[in-house]
Amino acid sequence: MSIFLNENSKVIVQGITGSEGTKHTARMLRSGTNIVGGVNARKAGQTVEIEGSRLPVFGSVKEAMTETGADVSVVFVPPKFAKDAVIEAIDAEIGLAVVITEGIPVHDAAYFWSHATATGNRTRIVGPNCPGVISPGKSNAGIIPADITSTGRIGLVSKSGTLTYQMMYELRDIGFSTCVGIGGDPVIGTTHIDALRAFEQDPETEAIVMIGEIGGDAEERAAEYVKDNVSKPVVGYVAGFTAPEGKTMGHAGAIVSGSAGTAEAKKEALEAAGVRVGKTPSETARLMRSILGG
Amino acid sequence: MDLYEYQAKEIFASHGIPTLPGSVATDPNGAQAVAEEIGGPVVVKAQVKAGGRGKAGGVKLAETPDEARSKAEAILGLDIKGHTTRQVLVTEASDIADEYYLSFLLDRANRSFLAMASVEGGMEIEEVAATKPEALARIPIDPIRGVDEAKAREIVEAAKFPTEIADQVTEIVARLWEAFVAEDATLFEINPLVKDPQGKVIALDGKVSLDDNAAFRHSKQSEYVDEGAEDPLEAKAKAKDLNYVKLDGEVGIIGNGAGLVMSTLDVVAYAGADHGNVKPANFLDIGGGASAEVMAAGLDVILGDPDVKSVFVNVFGGITACDAVANGIVQALKMLGDEAAKPLVVRLDGNNVEEGRRILAEADHPLVTLVDTMDGAADKAAELAAGK
Repeated sequence: MSIFLNENSKVIVQGITGSEGTKHTARMLRSGTNIVGGVNARKAGQTVEIEGSRLPVFGSVKEAMTETGADVSVVFVPPKFAKDAVIEAIDAEIGLAVVITEGIPVHDAAYFWSHATATGNRTRIVGPNCPGVISPGKSNAGIIPADITSTGRIGLVSKSGTLTYQMMYELRDIGFSTCVGIGGDPVIGTTHIDALRAFEQDPETEAIVMIGEIGGDAEERAAEYVKDNVSKPVVGYVAGFTAPEGKTMGHAGAIVSGSAGTAEAKKEALEAAGVRVGKTPSETARLMRSILGG
Repeated sequence: MDLYEYQAKEIFASHGIPTLPGSVATDPNGAQAVAEEIGGPVVVKAQVKAGGRGKAGGVKLAETPDEARSKAEAILGLDIKGHTTRQVLVTEASDIADEYYLSFLLDRANRSFLAMASVEGGMEIEEVAATKPEALARIPIDPIRGVDEAKAREIVEAAKFPTEIADQVTEIVARLWEAFVAEDATLFEINPLVKDPQGKVIALDGKVSLDDNAAFRHSKQSEYVDEGAEDPLEAKAKAKDLNYVKLDGEVGIIGNGAGLVMSTLDVVAYAGADHGNVKPANFLDIGGGASAEVMAAGLDVILGDPDVKSVFVNVFGGITACDAVANGIVQALKMLGDEAAKPLVVRLDGNNVEEGRRILAEADHPLVTLVDTMDGAADKAAELAAGK
């Protein structure tokens, strides 16, 4: 098994005809993802040829689901139109919407999250501003490089894209059940806790790596969750110990405000919950290796 | 983006929230002129994006325009928590009968918004929250439903605003929310909100933070950017569309992906502890793609930083494979020519890493040292920075 995404997932791409959408659809196809079509209201009825696959373009997510049985959407729609695209996915009640788009206004993200909640959370939202979800060897929904790792026993949840790749690569011999990039924006759909809960229930996942960074208190809340609800070993890493207060470090959500959101506080909370926290990404990988004996 | 007090109050006023008349000045003469225009006593307030201005001597009462001039002279140039005061706001002095607190802000934990209000005004709200939490009303605001009159009244009642000003404050609450949404803000704070002796409620001081991601739908907000206060290297990087933050160390950092770069800063700081306590000189994320042009633009900014003694290029080849990144580095060094005069430590890992390392080894650039691991490369970069 795996979480959120598996070999039976049927994936559509919202914004398939844009440059990012086309480029990453090709990469997803190459990594074995079952992409069944795309959505662009202005190009409905056309087809696009990507990586030798002729993919239908639908006018809406609902139509794409009816015609293909799609249950996952990957959103590459530019920031200006992303709110409407996500709301469309929510209204179509697709199972999983992975929002890759970077630079979505936080009022828009809060709005579509509220809409998702008000309509019963039938769509799992991952992101925005995230690298996506990969269950290696099964399916890849997003922009995570698939060829740097293998299928295995580790579950990974992370705010950061490249740190996810780094960890996937360092532990490629042990391999991963699923890696979830939840994104670095202040308002995101799926949280560390959601992924931890799913990994705890996934029989294929034996241990979990959790990567956080400065800003907000998601890591502290995840630590609380781990203490009471996770029996599998968890190792952690937090980036941004040397980040100055009040400066946004790349990700819109990565900012220490006053004394809130520091890496030190997150590390302490995780360790208090029994999570072993690595000082560097490599040390974190070694901690995981020592647990799984890989 | 955080705004200055005077900008925040301009926004308040434009949305119908009562403020006192005033104008910003950049020199003592200007401050005197504003005071003359206002007539009567004024307050001269340092415009810096930091709290504790009063304690730092940055807020002074002036009875006459002449006095406004001398107070401005004393305040301009003042260093307040590392911020140099370059402008003062000269505003009508107001008699205060009572002080309150009101704000709307992003609530990350609940993926929503929050109204906070208190009749304990005039102090740091963190202090109220810590010492008298019961005195601070916190009301969740749904992003879709927002704040209508009933919600505004609920906020006013929860904070126990006095009955005689409840209608005025309700109106201000509704307008503040309207402004918060219209401006795509993450914080709108009035502190203090005051009642004058005549019973009129006024926003006396304010803080506003805007969402940079929403800049595309607010062309007017670019006026709020204070280019004079920007670090010159940060301004240069911004012009090249680079994600750069100047820090105070000696090891220049380039990496791909915000998380990896933050992590690189940490690893360099740890390594620096063994090498004369050198620290990272900057944050620079060239993004997942890591093309030659962006690499060159990034190196150009970092090598132009006189504080930088060595540079650590830390790239994980994921979306762009390591051979392409290595070619990018080689081309970037060619493009920069003699400008590239500081030692570079390069760590590559990920897709096609062998080929990437081979390309760099073959180019054999005299300034480039290739190190296999991130921790080892950080150590080398720190050692080189300390040795210079």
